[in-house]
Amino acid sequence: MAEAVTKAPPPAAQKDSSMERQKQMIAGHFRSLSLAPQTGQRVAYTFVPGNLTELMHAFDVLPVYPEINALQSAMRQLSAGYIREAERLGHNEDVCTYVKCDIGMLTKGNVGPTGEVLPPPNLLLLSYTGCFTFMKWFELLKHEYGCEVAMLHVPYLADGQPTAEARRYIVDQLKAEVIPKLEKVTGKKYDEGRLQTLLARSREAEDNLVWVLDSAKARPSPIDAYFGAVYYVGPIFSAFRGTEDAVAYYRELRAEVEDRVLKGLGPVTPDGTLTREKHRLVVEGPPNWTHFRDFWRIFHDEGAVIVASTYAKVGGLYDQGFRHGQTDDPLESLADYCLGCYTNLSLPSRVDLLEKYVRDFKADGFVFNSIKSCNSFSAGQLVMLRQLEQRTGLPGAFIESDLVDPRYYGHANIKNRIESYLQMLEQRR
Amino acid sequence: MSTGSTTAALLERCERLYADTALDAVRAWKGAHPGRLAIGHLPVYAPRELIHSAGALPVALQGGGDQVDIVKGDACFQSYICHLPRSTVELGLTGDFDLLDGFVFPSTCDVIRNLSGIWKLLFPKKYSRFLDLPQAFEASTGGRFYLHDLEQLAKELHGLGGLAPDDGRLQASIALYDDNRRAIETLYALRREAPWLCSIDEAFLLVRAGGLLDVQEHTALLRSFVDAAGARPKKREDRIRLLLIGAFCEQPPLGVLRTLERSGAYVVDDDLNLGARWLLGDVGPSQRPLEALVRAYLEQSTWASTRFEHDEPRGAQLVKRVKRAGADGVVFAAPSFCDPALLDQPPLQKALTEAGVPFFSFKYAENTGQFQGIREQAGTFSDSLKLWGAA
Ligand code: SF4
Ligand code: SF4
Repeated sequence: MAEAVTKAPPPAAQKDSSMERQKQMIAGHFRSLSLAPQTGQRVAYTFVPGNLTELMHAFDVLPVYPEINALQSAMRQLSAGYIREAERLGHNEDVCTYVKCDIGMLTKGNVGPTGEVLPPPNLLLLSYTGCFTFMKWFELLKHEYGCEVAMLHVPYLADGQPTAEARRYIVDQLKAEVIPKLEKVTGKKYDEGRLQTLLARSREAEDNLVWVLDSAKARPSPIDAYFGAVYYVGPIFSAFRGTEDAVAYYRELRAEVEDRVLKGLGPVTPDGTLTREKHRLVVEGPPNWTHFRDFWRIFHDEGAVIVASTYAKVGGLYDQGFRHGQTDDPLESLADYCLGCYTNLSLPSRVDLLEKYVRDFKADGFVFNSIKSCNSFSAGQLVMLRQLEQRTGLPGAFIESDLVDPRYYGHANIKNRIESYLQMLEQRR
Repeated sequence: MSTGSTTAALLERCERLYADTALDAVRAWKGAHPGRLAIGHLPVYAPRELIHSAGALPVALQGGGDQVDIVKGDACFQSYICHLPRSTVELGLTGDFDLLDGFVFPSTCDVIRNLSGIWKLLFPKKYSRFLDLPQAFEASTGGRFYLHDLEQLAKELHGLGGLAPDDGRLQASIALYDDNRRAIETLYALRREAPWLCSIDEAFLLVRAGGLLDVQEHTALLRSFVDAAGARPKKREDRIRLLLIGAFCEQPPLGVLRTLERSGAYVVDDDLNLGARWLLGDVGPSQRPLEALVRAYLEQSTWASTRFEHDEPRGAQLVKRVKRAGADGVVFAAPSFCDPALLDQPPLQKALTEAGVPFFSFKYAENTGQFQGIREQAGTFSDSLKLWGAA
């Protein structure tokens, strides 16, 4: 039902001003990375949840996020080959495909999303936050690169709330393990003042991001808080937190979304602006990247807008009030950030959050996209779904796919399920 | 009793305990110890000494094996998640765990981590506790954090009705578990030296029994077996010697273990029931026993796929272990969809290849019923080693 979308692509200026800026930021970052062997700038590989980007910037270290490389490879249809390569090398079919995609990419020359070769890491900064596989992944990379590894164990929020002990444990590790290793690989001293400045910039960017995410409370929602939000969270989840670029990007993005709200416009989709918001949904779980646009199209063709998603919170729960630099001690602020990433939350907390989203964003229903290779997200989702159904009185939909392995994305099956689900929501009105 | 009937009776007892998914043995223990707690814990490692010092029975919950029909558990987990959590939930929902007073979920992997949350959602009235074992191994970081976590656990067990934390009692519990670890090590030494006297499935059952028994009783059982084993009328056979690795959490069914040995191998070392063998050597006496328990975790833990590889690479450690066991080869036996075990295989296999140690691998689930493929693989592996000295 394509009438929910205006087919003409949106005018370039409307679509592109913040997006263009983001594109340039990414291009600049990968350019710096490719030149690192010449410039001597140090490089750290790290993960999105619980990343210590401001701390890395405080040492002028360039971050690389293998998870983002993997999803970019999937969007460029390269992941299947990379995964095949890793499996050929003995990596099992059952394990996380992000890991295999990364290993395959490494084996094939480590060419990044912009076509430039990524430099090897000087440091593997293992922020072990919310996913056990992160640890195994960097153990594998450690064998490949033989470089320094800094391990930061972030305790799990099993009881819903961070404890003083957990926070102290992280700060202790930052002081005893992470900062000394950053000092060692860069030859620079830790500068707390510089870190504070970077955190203040993060805060400003985060304020604007939260405004954008909250805008989905409007009817119609001016944004898609899942498919669209993966672009919006890009800079703040990755290499740009703490930079002037990120501050400018989020100011610009907010202005664009404010404009859409004033004009009563729906979200921009790959096929143009969604003109008729028929269903407001909350989504739990990461998207499929190999068929990202097809997957999105299943929803927007039916006039379904995602008004809140948990995936847009894997790199930080800013919408629940956290901001970098809120505490006097910047290391405590980093600790609080690490503790609060979405996949570090207990299952009861995840259900609470989803329930809150359904209510706050006045959603008509919710969809769980269960990812085959991601135990961190997926184990327990069926129980979460039933709890959420009971608490909200709404039915939910459950679909299965994978992040970057196209073998596990069944388009027709997913489309059928989503369409039947939306029809059911329609009949309940 | 003759030694033959002693070992047979001990093994029969262990087999009954293995089949005791409804925890009748725990029920009997509680009957004999009114007012005392029974605390279930998931794999792999839990500080059983601490639970014991609260006057409680630590109960190792190791899944339902091939003995539990899964109906409700399957409705909680997608097909691409290992089997252990679904049988655990099944047993919980059918009421088999009702007699347990609480549950400890150690930070083994994301599945057990999330299972701790499922437990809170499904059984909100039961005490359940996630135990975040540290992945930072410095006393000033991970040690400090873990010490606090254990102090909390001890207080919570007291709050549940357990005995108040007490250094003297903890020291006594540690001594009992040190003795238990020594008894297990004697059994493993027997298998390294004379594996025909105790088969892999028997050794598995003997150690596993400790999950449900009082520690002293288990230690006595192990010693009785080892003492009597030498007189068993068993003959050495021409078999290869294997080291089995990867089965540290969800346990393979007995049929898998028997198939391996019937295919021409002695499994002379393994990581089955790993929690019981986690600490290498004694914790030892100490004025501050809780700190000693923490230190033992930081410094004496066995190498395991669930711990961060912060010291010597696991591959090198595996090669040493192969040598120590006098093994001719390695079998990688991992539960399907087990990220910790499966992600470790490529580097471990690389280290073995470099050291010239042959290996083969298969996956299983705790309720695997078909052994033909494993029989063929193991048989071929053993034949080729016997004939040519290489697989
Ligand atoms: S298991 Fe999930 S969270 Fe962890 S690395 Fe894989 S995809 Fe990411
Ligand atoms: S079998 Fe593996 S994946 Fe499953 S619970 Fe155990 S360690 Fe986790």
